[in-house]
Amino acid sequence: MAQDETAPLVRIRGLRFARGERVIFDGVDLDIRRGGITAIMGPSGTGKTTLLKLIGGQLRPQAGSIEVDGLDVHRLSRDKLFELRKRMGLLFQSGALLTDLNVFENVAFPLREHTRLPESMIRDLVLMKLEAVGLRGARALMPSELSGGMARRVALARAIALDPMMVMYDEPFTGQDPISMGVLVKLIRRLNDALSLTSIVVSHDVQETAAIADYIYLLSGGKVVAHGSPEELGRADSAWAQQFMQGLPDGPVPFHYPAADYATDLLAGDEGDKA
Amino acid sequence: MILDWLQSLGQRALSFFQRLGRGHITLYYLLISIPSVLMRPRLLLQQVYSVGVLTLLIILVSGLFVGMVLGLQGYNTLARFGAEQALGTAVALTLVREMAPVVTALLFAGRAGSALTAEIGLMKATEQLSGMEMMAVDPNKRVLAPRFLAGVIAMPLLAAIFAAVGVMGGYFVGVGLLGVDEGAFWSQMQANVDLRDDVFNGIIKSMVFGVVAVWIAIYEGQDATPTSEGVSRATTRTVVHTSLAVLGLNFILTALMFGE
Repeated sequence: MAQDETAPLVRIRGLRFARGERVIFDGVDLDIRRGGITAIMGPSGTGKTTLLKLIGGQLRPQAGSIEVDGLDVHRLSRDKLFELRKRMGLLFQSGALLTDLNVFENVAFPLREHTRLPESMIRDLVLMKLEAVGLRGARALMPSELSGGMARRVALARAIALDPMMVMYDEPFTGQDPISMGVLVKLIRRLNDALSLTSIVVSHDVQETAAIADYIYLLSGGKVVAHGSPEELGRADSAWAQQFMQGLPDGPVPFHYPAADYATDLLAGDEGDKA
Repeated sequence: MILDWLQSLGQRALSFFQRLGRGHITLYYLLISIPSVLMRPRLLLQQVYSVGVLTLLIILVSGLFVGMVLGLQGYNTLARFGAEQALGTAVALTLVREMAPVVTALLFAGRAGSALTAEIGLMKATEQLSGMEMMAVDPNKRVLAPRFLAGVIAMPLLAAIFAAVGVMGGYFVGVGLLGVDEGAFWSQMQANVDLRDDVFNGIIKSMVFGVVAVWIAIYEGQDATPTSEGVSRATTRTVVHTSLAVLGLNFILTALMFGE
């Protein structure tokens, strides 16, 4: 399994993926470096979540290849793919906690499914993981009793339960209040460094992501439009990258959805809608 | 006009066959996952409890009332021919051959099937199934197959309980209220209900209905559009499709088993 330590952990080449008529990725090349936090950013609807599902092997691309730790995800047998998935964690936007199990059992779930550890060791491991996300005291709560930010932290504890080599975060900051946002930002960085993980953060929250990412890919229209460290992207020439990084309402991405001329449209009255 | 009509007809036919195909793929995965369920009896027991034991009350109450009605109606009809002694046989045969498997399956669809669909549909909508897959846990083995097997095990047991309670209901009304001779009631029943022809066939029926009912429930849950509207539609479809399938299959099975 040991791969060249300098080689990227995830290597995506010529990725093409379409849902029906809609092309989501068209020739995407991407490298995720080992040990760092790589952010994948772009406007809503650019298929960032889809990209994580492609890396996890839940979706199949029409063309191109995705290699994780030297293994081509989409050529693996189901058993091999499951082996690989044990070494990567995916944090869903919703948390995707099992609603019929409490916090403790949710974190214990992958351990119980994949290991034959004695109960006392499972307990210790679960408490360690929960301590790492600051929720050891919440172990008896049910998922319905957790706030959104807590649910994501429990999901994070579960994602690291099997000590993966990589954790993928799907929109970890969306819909969080400033405090839990700050907690999550800190946690992602701290866990990445403490457990020597490789992290992929998919997000459109520019400030938070830029604060922790080592490298950023900007996606738009199915392509990588810019990439580099946060500082490099801040200075990028691309007008699109500038608009996105600074959150300007108008620019290469227009404020208005494409429409007929405003004045003509108003004067046309009812006729206009029938046309 | 005609072209539109033809097109929509073709579309419906296509989507029907697609659903049929996906349904069979679901069944295939359920069946190949059964061995791994047998390795984890605890999971299976939990599900037998939630689809079986929790359905017990409605089965007991319905069985009692159905048996009482059979006693009453059977008595009225048989008394006209002076054959009220045969009430025990009539009640038992009706229950064991037809009522117990069919009514149990219909009640099961309403109580347990709809719950299964809603549960699985919501697990899909909240990404729990997808999350499990990403944790390298096969939802077929962990979630779906235990429910499937539990339903297949629970259904014949529930039907047997339904029949037993129904016979008691017929006994209360026939012997207790209407004065049929107790000895005749039981001895005629014992003499005329055959273990192989009647009881076993009834059990086979309820096993078939069990497979169909949980298969439809699991498929609909898994295939549901992951929204609240989608889950509610899937739940309705489960009850409707299961009921129709059970009634239709019952005719075919009856014709094969009892139509000499």
